[in-house]
Amino acid sequence: MSHHIVELKGLSFHYPDGTPALDNINLTIHHGESVGLVGANGAGKSTLLQHLCGVHVPQTGRVRVGDVPVVPGTLREVRRTVGLVFQDPDDQLFMPTVAEDVAFGPLNIGLPPEEAALRVDEALAQVDALHLKHRPPHRLSGGEKRAVAIATVLACSPDILVMDEPSANLDPRSRRLLINLLRGFEHTKILATHDLDMVLDLCERTVVLHKGRVMADGPTAQIFADYALLSACALEPPLCMQGCAVCNAAR
Amino acid sequence: MGLDTALHEIRRLDDLAALDTPLHRLDARAKVLVTLFFLVSMLSLGRYEVSRLLPFAAFPLILAVQGGVPLSLLLRRAALALPFVVFVGIFNPLIDRTVHLTLGPLSITGGMLSFLSIVLRSLLAVSTGLVLVAVTGFDQICRALGRLGMPTALLVQLQFLYRYLFVLADEALRMLHARTQRCAPDRHPCLREYRSLLGNLLLRTLDRAGRIHQAMLCRGFDGQMPELRPTTRFGPAEWRFCALWGLFLVAVRILNLPQQLGDLPLYLGGKAGGLFP
Repeated sequence: MSHHIVELKGLSFHYPDGTPALDNINLTIHHGESVGLVGANGAGKSTLLQHLCGVHVPQTGRVRVGDVPVVPGTLREVRRTVGLVFQDPDDQLFMPTVAEDVAFGPLNIGLPPEEAALRVDEALAQVDALHLKHRPPHRLSGGEKRAVAIATVLACSPDILVMDEPSANLDPRSRRLLINLLRGFEHTKILATHDLDMVLDLCERTVVLHKGRVMADGPTAQIFADYALLSACALEPPLCMQGCAVCNAAR
Repeated sequence: MGLDTALHEIRRLDDLAALDTPLHRLDARAKVLVTLFFLVSMLSLGRYEVSRLLPFAAFPLILAVQGGVPLSLLLRRAALALPFVVFVGIFNPLIDRTVHLTLGPLSITGGMLSFLSIVLRSLLAVSTGLVLVAVTGFDQICRALGRLGMPTALLVQLQFLYRYLFVLADEALRMLHARTQRCAPDRHPCLREYRSLLGNLLLRTLDRAGRIHQAMLCRGFDGQMPELRPTTRFGPAEWRFCALWGLFLVAVRILNLPQQLGDLPLYLGGKAGGLFP
């Protein structure tokens, strides 16, 4: 029995206005895996992630996190296992200072303040942001906000890290720092992103979504080499697999 | 003043609040309590009082100097409130025409006095509020209010208001820029445009509020805002601060200092047998 398995069976979801978002998704993710979830805009990546931490509850099919089905009664437990890093750090950093924001989760779990304060330092040190501890979140740069947002989730010690567009809006250096940081984590990781180069760097497995359906699921290198598949799903191969821009233009 | 300038000035207050002076280090509760006492004692003076308000200015001025708050910033910000205040009191001189004082050809009416009094009081109140924010920080003030018993729901509203003021204003600015890009530079937005801009902003705000709530739920939010252990405590320095300013405020509230200062020469003259004949 493995605790950190994410299992989606026959998952379908429609938005209240009737727009279909997910259509019969079947997916199993094992302990320690690092999975890239790629797809064009509107493919259903964010909606799928939101099912993993109970933002949406399955309409059809089922979602299990470890041994727990995601249903209204188990959300508390599910949310302790799954840490979701939102696409916009401003949504995630809502407290007056960084320290309080990182402490928000641990204190809600019921840790005593001293213990929570330790967790804050630990989590901030992990993302190399201890120096930002007393700053108000609205005064941080994009990269700093992202790092702190990750710390807020790490402080809850989740088993599964789920990230929505972690490299969006980051400058190249902050993006590289983020990739190095994520590589160091031993959590089960699920990254929804358009940044296929990052997926190539971090994820051994890739799931391709298109119009709410799983179009492919397999080793990253193999999937990214299938140009026909990528093209059919409105994607392009990662930049590093497209060859030299100058040489290709000259040809 | 544009939206971006206003934001910049709020950020300046934030920067000032991050300074490290003895005044900044005081527990926020002491500063909040004394400020409340200041407001009550100043605002409870009679409506024709003008001269007795003047000694109250010592409180914001001394705090500003102690806390390294530039007076120019304070005056500029306090002046922003003036139009509203003037609007509140502008009809007083027309309504209340009882003559209180005659200075040669000029008769000072009750309306004029009360108008001047309103303006002075509001300047004092606004500048004291600004000084309090600049030497304490908005989040510390919220926390102090919470520790003094303010209901959590209200407190969280205040904290969120301040936190998302910047995000919301940035969004509004982007929308305004996008509008300016697409129309003649000298054309001001008409009501119809404002309506849709505001509507759009409201929808975005609702969306964001939903996402923030989800983010809170994801980290175990259950209706209570947790709090880390406070870093300051109400010690001797705080008691001293409260006692000194409390005494000063009681004195200027009870005694008519300007008048007594004015009477001083007469008094001295009487005692010394005609020092000032």
